[in-house]
Amino acid sequence: MSGSDKPELIINGKRLDGRGMDELRDIRIEAKVIKNAIGSAYIEWGNNKILAGVYGPKEALPKHVSDPERAIIKCRYAMSPFSSLEEHGRTGPNRRSTEISKVTKETFENVMLLEQFPGSEIDLFIDVLQADGGTRAAGITAAAVALASSGIPMSDIPYAVSVGKVGSELVLDMNKIEDNYSDADLPLSISPRTGDILLLQMDGNMTKEEIKRAIEMAKKAGQKISDIQKAALKLSYERTLEKYKI
Amino acid sequence: MISMQISTVTENYIHDLIASGRREDGRDTNDYRQISISHGTIPNAEGSAEVTIGSTKVLVGVKLGIGSPMPDKPNEGNIITSAELLPIASESFEMGPPSPEAIELARVTDRGIRASGIIDTKALFLEEEKVWDLFIDAYILNYDGNMFDACTLAAVAALSTARMPKYEDGKVIREGNLGRLKTNNMITSCTFAKIGESIVLDPDGNEELFMASRLTISNDKDAVRAMQKGLSGSFSPKDIENLIDITFSKSTELRKHIENIKGE
Repeated sequence: MSGSDKPELIINGKRLDGRGMDELRDIRIEAKVIKNAIGSAYIEWGNNKILAGVYGPKEALPKHVSDPERAIIKCRYAMSPFSSLEEHGRTGPNRRSTEISKVTKETFENVMLLEQFPGSEIDLFIDVLQADGGTRAAGITAAAVALASSGIPMSDIPYAVSVGKVGSELVLDMNKIEDNYSDADLPLSISPRTGDILLLQMDGNMTKEEIKRAIEMAKKAGQKISDIQKAALKLSYERTLEKYKI
Repeated sequence: MISMQISTVTENYIHDLIASGRREDGRDTNDYRQISISHGTIPNAEGSAEVTIGSTKVLVGVKLGIGSPMPDKPNEGNIITSAELLPIASESFEMGPPSPEAIELARVTDRGIRASGIIDTKALFLEEEKVWDLFIDAYILNYDGNMFDACTLAAVAALSTARMPKYEDGKVIREGNLGRLKTNNMITSCTFAKIGESIVLDPDGNEELFMASRLTISNDKDAVRAMQKGLSGSFSPKDIENLIDITFSKSTELRKHIENIKGE
């Protein structure tokens, strides 16, 4: 949250990295990057570099966690100890990563057709290799592609993006420095087919009007993100076709 | 298997009831259960408050100690919030390390408190490399739904009535003539549950058992300060706008509870 030595984040209507208020960073996604996983994706979202991988469906273990009516999702979001510009981080789950893993899992429970695999588990791993703000959104966006590429049936491919507030301006997709000094942060994951909100968190200071506008900004950006997700999937299938061409 | 059949019967009952605009305990959709707050219940702690919402009971204790600042905030004290889903509070709470649910509860409570600026962390600075650590520990003593609102209320009540220890010659003085911990704002939260197509305020334990999604909105007089959506269901953008309106109107009565004990 805002500190006393707060840098100017918006100068002459442009952000520090030259973006406009409603501009996304560059996003590049590649599907099917991990051979052993049933589905996977690698995303570069600005300076974020994140891997998502899927294993399963397989028998849910230990037995007491299994659900006789549907598959369960196990999700582990984790940041590598070398992912940030600051000091070496601690490996293993912390409170932040546990919460992100939980809300990420809940996002995908909404769109995965889990009833088709009773008693099973689907494992979703999100490893942040390099972090520069907005890793939960980028991780979910990559995980959606990883899950879609696994062939496990799902009703939609969600995307995620964060909207922040700097002074009185709403800014789309904050990077690390913006995140550190912003006045609010509102990460969202949305199902593009229904427009439903699957993940919503917020902290800082926002009015109802600002929240409404932030959701609209996220939805507009979502069209772009969705296109990039679909293009990544399409390319991976084209490559597979190419491989089996006689 | 028997418990599964019973739960299906209960589930249908709750769904049908709520779909017809009614609730098990006769409340309206946007009614809270009876709320009560008592403070100073743990005199050894610098601050404490016990909140009940219906039969949900939460105790928050506030302690202050000497710690070192975070490397990126050398001139600020630390706020450390935790929540314990005590096994004594419910058959469904298990022993062992904090569950993701407990961590989420603590972090959402923490975010509201931080974002509202109730505590000025800069005022917790003592000297080079030494700051106050402010611990906010929430104990769930009995679970019957809506732990989020109960935790935030109890935390704010405990903070608003806490005493401020003194720091003299490298020692903490916790007794004697002490002033109050300085608080600058007030925050409350409203938690909603979506069950079927309906959304209700302040879900009880049975309602939480069958809710598809949950939304907690924390606000002060002026703005929304924190939000958290939980579980696998969804909300539409329109839902969120409506729930923000309800939160602002309900928060006046929640704030009154805190104002009452602050005045004592």
